[in-house]
Amino acid sequence: MSLWDYANPKKFLTTSEKVMPALWVVSIAGMVIGLVWGFFFTPDDFRQGSTVKIIYLHVPSALMAINAWLMMLVASLIWIVRRHHVSALAARAAAPVGVTMTLIALVTGAIWGQPMWGTWWAWDPRLTSFLILFLFYLGYIALWEAIEDPDTAADLTSVLCLVGSVFAILSRYAVNFWNQGLHQGSSVFRAAAVAGTDTEEKVSNIFFAPLLVCMISFALFFIVLVLYRTGTEIRARRARALMARERAQA
Amino acid sequence: MTGLSISDLAVLRGGVPVLEGISFTLEPGQAVILRGPNGIGKTTLLRTIAGLQPPLAGTVSGAEDRIAYAAHADGIKPTLSVTENLTFWASVFGGQDIAPAIAAFRLEALAQRPAGALSAGQKRRLGLARMLVTGRPIWLFDEPTVSLDREAVGWFADAVRTHLAGGGMALLATHIDLGLDGQVLDLAPFKAVLDHLDDFDEAFL
Amino acid sequence: MIALLLRDIRLAMRAGGGFGLGLAFFLIVCTLVPFAIGPQPDLLARVAPGVLWLGALLACLLSLDRMLALDWEDGSLDLLATAPLPLEAVVLIKALAHWLTTGLPLVLAAPVLGVLLNLPVEGYGWLVLSLAVGTPALSIIGGFGAALTVGLKRGGLLLSLLVLPLYVPTLIFGAELARRGAEAQPTTTPLLMLAGITAGCLALLPLASAAALRVNLR
Repeated sequence: MSLWDYANPKKFLTTSEKVMPALWVVSIAGMVIGLVWGFFFTPDDFRQGSTVKIIYLHVPSALMAINAWLMMLVASLIWIVRRHHVSALAARAAAPVGVTMTLIALVTGAIWGQPMWGTWWAWDPRLTSFLILFLFYLGYIALWEAIEDPDTAADLTSVLCLVGSVFAILSRYAVNFWNQGLHQGSSVFRAAAVAGTDTEEKVSNIFFAPLLVCMISFALFFIVLVLYRTGTEIRARRARALMARERAQA
Repeated sequence: MTGLSISDLAVLRGGVPVLEGISFTLEPGQAVILRGPNGIGKTTLLRTIAGLQPPLAGTVSGAEDRIAYAAHADGIKPTLSVTENLTFWASVFGGQDIAPAIAAFRLEALAQRPAGALSAGQKRRLGLARMLVTGRPIWLFDEPTVSLDREAVGWFADAVRTHLAGGGMALLATHIDLGLDGQVLDLAPFKAVLDHLDDFDEAFL
Repeated sequence: MIALLLRDIRLAMRAGGGFGLGLAFFLIVCTLVPFAIGPQPDLLARVAPGVLWLGALLACLLSLDRMLALDWEDGSLDLLATAPLPLEAVVLIKALAHWLTTGLPLVLAAPVLGVLLNLPVEGYGWLVLSLAVGTPALSIIGGFGAALTVGLKRGGLLLSLLVLPLYVPTLIFGAELARRGAEAQPTTTPLLMLAGITAGCLALLPLASAAALRVNLR
């Protein structure tokens, strides 16, 4: 049996309902463990003090903000090429989750930035890119909401997602060019490579383990939310189709 | 010149099938008149044949780049004059002479008037005259006689007859008897029967 | 194709909204800025390139929803879709007509408004160049937004929400080019990037716009 079988709504619903309970438990437990571990059982950073601990919220949500958009892009491509309704609905379901993650990343970034840089907001390239990503999410969601016919909405949002992705990347480069900023580089994965060396720019092992737990459980949480929301979208779509048929028969 | 052939066509409106199993052919010199109650899907069928929307099933062959479609809206710019409107459409479709079209619908006296100053019936005449300047062999009409007076309906019927005599084809959705000798296709029997929903199918139809 | 271009320009001129409205809006924005931030000449000189770019961008945005919506309402788009012209060409021509009636007057008016905002002398040439290279991209991106929202009853606001984030790279490189020009700094990189964005939009976006339009026409 191939992966595409799950593109059948019924198959998707029965399968996702089987895996969702376990995913809910694992992802929520993982987040609780990771966050408690990170907040209370890691030492304060010698330079940043306890403020650094917001990293356990900031980094996973930032990661998922970008991955959610990537997932929407892939789902949009699948819809355009293969016309599987589940794929379009999954993209629709992922967008509000992605925008929430982006918002969390922005807010936690501001809260972290205040003690670190002495300002809530700086027009730093990374922050700015996230703000632009946030705007892209808003436009994408607004387009879904504005169009009555679900297939038309799926087509148009897919095209927007494709074009938007190109422009999001362009914006990232443009913003980098526009203002070289304060933000530290992406230090997490370099840390994984150079484990154990607690130099100031890298996240050391002792911080990294709970961070990894947080990132994995955020990703799982995202997946289970999208599965759940896709199920809801499928049922709503189904109800709509039934009503349209009733009108047509009447 | 070959005709237009429709085979086993099924069309969708708002994601729901409205008509299915439609087959007919249109040979040069022929006209087909579509009949059926409001909401049966005449406009949807015409739009599908015009290639503006994809069919659910079946094929339309011979329509590609050969049809001219007169919809409910006339595509007339109120700030342009009658001549300018026609000249524009003529040049988009390859530069036919607009004089015969103006003559066929008796628009000579109105030629320099801005289209915005025309009455509804005069606008309709302009919209129909547009079909003549396209130079396309297959004409699709959606309720062409709305707001036309009896005389203008006669001019329209004459224009279609001339077109057919020259080897053209016409497909009309209308309730008025134009005196054209064409086959009448009643769409009522083709109303889509939705099969019972017990399977949660892929297409949500 | 020429016929369509000429018709659109003629329509914009006859309807009275095309040339005048965008220009007047641009003028008003540039008049309001000193009221908002103060009349100090050195401050104005510093913000002038950015303000002029932002004003031009907003003025472009103003008339976008008319680009396709009018043809949609009166049925012209249905007819154009069945015409020998590919839809890609239709949206490209419409964007070109929009640029000729909105973008080009803005480019020409910008130096005059530069005087109002105390733009340094070195900046004028670069300002005009940056707008001339950048505003076509604004029209083409706007055409994409118009194609996405053409079927919607109140598409205007949504159109802005969709199009403005897409304007970010053009605005950054355009305003940067004008600013660097005014401050006599090296301008090659932003100029090339701006030209690249315009060329890329010109080549690729009509495909996306036509796809969106086809979806909306069904």
